[in-house]
Amino acid sequence: MRWLNQLVKVRMLLFRRMADTQLNEELRFHMEQQIAENRATGMSAEEARLAALRVFGNPDLVREKTGATWNWNGLDRFSRDLRIGVRTLSRTPGFAVVAILITALGIGASVALFTVIRGVLLRPLPFPDSDRLVTLYERSTPAAGGGDFPHNQVAGGIYATWNRENTSFSSLALVRDDSADLSASGGQLPETLNQAHVSWNLFPTLGVNPALGRGFTSTDDSLSANGTVVLSSSLWKRRFGADPAILNRTIYVDAKPYTVIGILPAWFEFPDSSTQLWTPVYHEFPERIMSAFDNHMFRVVGRLKPGVTGEEAAANLSVISRQIHDSHLDNPFVAAAANSRPLLEHLVGDVRRPLYILLAATVCLLLIACLNVANLLVARAASRHKELAIRAALGGGRMRLLREHLTESFLLEASGGTAGLLLAYGAIGWLLHTRPDMVRVGAIHFDGVVAAFTTAVVILCALFSGLVSAFNTDDTRLLGALHESSRSHSAAGTRARLRKTLLAIEVGLTVVLLMGASLLVKSYQRLRSTNVGCVTDNVLTMRIKLPGKRYKTPGPAPANFFETLLQRVRALPGVEAAGFVTGVPGQGYMGDSGFTIVEHPPLPPGNGTLAIYRSADSGYFAAMGIPLLRGRTFGDNQKFDQVNEVVISELFAKKFFPGEDPLGKHLHVMDGNKVRVIVGIVGDTRYEIGEAPEPMQYHPLFAGDQNYGTLAIRSRQDVSQLALPVQQIIQGQDRELPVSDVLTMNQLLGKSTLDQSFDATLITSLAVLSLLLAAAGLFGVLSYIVAQRSGEIGIRIALGAQREQVLREMLADGLRPALIGLLLGLAASAGTTQFIKSMLYETQPLDLGVFAAVAALLMASAALACMVPAWRASRLDPMRVLRME
Amino acid sequence: MSKPTDLVQGTLDLLILKTLSLQAMHGWAIAKRIQQISSEVLQVQQGSLYPALHRLEQQGWIKAKWAESETGRQAKFYSLTAFGRKQLEAETADWKRLSTAINLVVSEV
Repeated sequence: MRWLNQLVKVRMLLFRRMADTQLNEELRFHMEQQIAENRATGMSAEEARLAALRVFGNPDLVREKTGATWNWNGLDRFSRDLRIGVRTLSRTPGFAVVAILITALGIGASVALFTVIRGVLLRPLPFPDSDRLVTLYERSTPAAGGGDFPHNQVAGGIYATWNRENTSFSSLALVRDDSADLSASGGQLPETLNQAHVSWNLFPTLGVNPALGRGFTSTDDSLSANGTVVLSSSLWKRRFGADPAILNRTIYVDAKPYTVIGILPAWFEFPDSSTQLWTPVYHEFPERIMSAFDNHMFRVVGRLKPGVTGEEAAANLSVISRQIHDSHLDNPFVAAAANSRPLLEHLVGDVRRPLYILLAATVCLLLIACLNVANLLVARAASRHKELAIRAALGGGRMRLLREHLTESFLLEASGGTAGLLLAYGAIGWLLHTRPDMVRVGAIHFDGVVAAFTTAVVILCALFSGLVSAFNTDDTRLLGALHESSRSHSAAGTRARLRKTLLAIEVGLTVVLLMGASLLVKSYQRLRSTNVGCVTDNVLTMRIKLPGKRYKTPGPAPANFFETLLQRVRALPGVEAAGFVTGVPGQGYMGDSGFTIVEHPPLPPGNGTLAIYRSADSGYFAAMGIPLLRGRTFGDNQKFDQVNEVVISELFAKKFFPGEDPLGKHLHVMDGNKVRVIVGIVGDTRYEIGEAPEPMQYHPLFAGDQNYGTLAIRSRQDVSQLALPVQQIIQGQDRELPVSDVLTMNQLLGKSTLDQSFDATLITSLAVLSLLLAAAGLFGVLSYIVAQRSGEIGIRIALGAQREQVLREMLADGLRPALIGLLLGLAASAGTTQFIKSMLYETQPLDLGVFAAVAALLMASAALACMVPAWRASRLDPMRVLRME
Repeated sequence: MSKPTDLVQGTLDLLILKTLSLQAMHGWAIAKRIQQISSEVLQVQQGSLYPALHRLEQQGWIKAKWAESETGRQAKFYSLTAFGRKQLEAETADWKRLSTAINLVVSEV
């Protein structure tokens, strides 16, 4: 009857006092019976009582022994230990506060990072059976599909065939990102947002139902259907006042009418947190794009049939792709295989390693905090060692003292944990505020698992600090402690050995953190200072997208717009140069186009060449400081259908015209099926900072076949002042044209390296914190040693020792653990820095310069920390010290 | 009074359980009964009786109830639970086996 057992115990727990009284009653009854019996045999009252007592034995002892059988003794002991612990700690509030703060720091950082990792990496996507969702890619190899892109986007025609012929998926859907210009409506200004073009079955594939209204049907998803759009919850609230009447109303996106048919739930974000609008993809793109096999434009998401794995599905699709590839052997850009990845992996794969590295760094900080607390506890125990010796001599068991010690440690860690939880809450709030762009940021919030994690961490840290610091209190030295009188001055250096060891480990961990932080900082600096191939100072950029309805491509309208715009902008005072291009360096890969060189022999079938495609005006290169290496830029006659020129980059010339002069040769460009003559070669630029340059082909903007791009303005002075005048010019030309991403080049490049700078900053702050903790620890230990040895030092100074000698000796004593820790840390760093190798840009993990710098920084901080107590030691007044007992 | 025979803890449990199997009684009565039935050989020390009683109660083999005693005072009466009854059978069987074995050895000259 186990449960009855438990019930009895619980009952005794709650009614302890009643149990005590009852026991007394019971024993007294027994005594009285005994006395009665004695009296019955003829003894007097007094004799009877004494006889009974003799037989009974010591009533207190009986009571205690009986009480000892009560099983809830453990809890009673624990509550008593807690009370004693609180009392002792409140006697030294300074120590308690410092220890709690340090613990709060370590635990807070760990809990915050754990919450992030749990939300972003570990929590499954908020879709039903989300492990059945995969992302599909085309596998383009140089031999089949042109270019080396194992996770390439999917062409419209390939998707259509996959959708028809596959046997592994219950549904397959298309997604493509785009920007969207919302026209002014209802008093709201026009604005530029992110939208996604999706196939009608995307929401059912993911398993999402709109919160209001309906999703797309297959009839909506065609070129001839009326425009329909689904809004995000945040857009609906922000711009349309959360008014349900928005359903079935028309809004204008890119100057085209769309009926709002549904609002998605607030938690939904796909493909990322910035998407606010969803439109049907077949409605947006013409037939020839949606059936092309070589135009890799889309992402494909699929829901696997039960029992099918991602690899099997990819193999199934590869067979289909192979068939298409083999029946289009003349087209080198039709890929022959498919690839798949779980959807979660696709979304968060890039941040996985940096997050885990951050976690490792915070664990280091936590360890350092625990070691520091252990150090403090040891110091406290050392200062109370006489008291503890007396208690041990009086019979206080070793387990009892250990229990008290652990309870104190637990109290400190628990309070620190609570404070740390608050810190973590604040840190997460700050993170959500500063990085709302972070992937899956909406999934980060506190829950029961985080609370459980915090409790586990608190208990582990309490055990760690408590046990480590308890090694010092062993009773073999009790006799020595009791014997010690104030007149004998023994070497106290050995007593601090435990603290020195702890300190060495702390310093070692600090060095590891410092190393990682320095490498990341150096890597980030290298990244930011790479030459992207153009001028980056005092250059302003802004994105413009001309709505297709009013500026038909191909046609004269876009070309005229850009020509007038550039004329007017160049005429502004303060503008040194201006240019327009579909994408400036650092803005991304954007797109490429296949081509063949007319003068060269045709490539074997299945082989194709491609290069990044850009449209630019003739003055763009000079405006951005991209050097014109040979030839010239576009002529003035390059307009509309007269266009026949192209400019290539240096890498293009090297790669595709090795050892010959490209000028005058002709390119047959697949995009638009046009033939262009090469008139100039310009310097290379990086399409993305941190990536190697790729061959580029520049086509004249005034052909009128592009209606979007970046306007770049260079000025001699502060260029951000030109932002407003330029925007006014644009408004003047077309009142309804919104302008987006108004950034200087430096800001633009900074945005694309935001992740690296964020990571470097975080780890650097952790490293700085641990350096401070380690320095404080060093300071504490050396102060303690000096205090213990003050008598001995006083005698030595009185006997003629040089003060400088004392200073040096104390410094050496303090620096020795720091040096050992440094060596430990350097050795460990040689291993740990290999883990961040993938996060480093043009920086080696075993960078000797960084190693040396970190070592120097550490020794300097250690010396600074040790200087004050060592100085005080050398300045001791021997008379005062010797008189103090 | 002759020195009371020291009782092993396990046997004390057995004696208490057996005594209570017939009738519910308080601690004093249990001690007296054991003394009586064993013809004054086994005299239970109070110092071991009450710890044993409370331990048995914690383990759930006996249960307790406060009731009025023969003298009119309130006393804590212990009685056997069903679980305790089973335990008594097991322990009696064990004891019989053990004592038979010891007897065999001892009577073997």
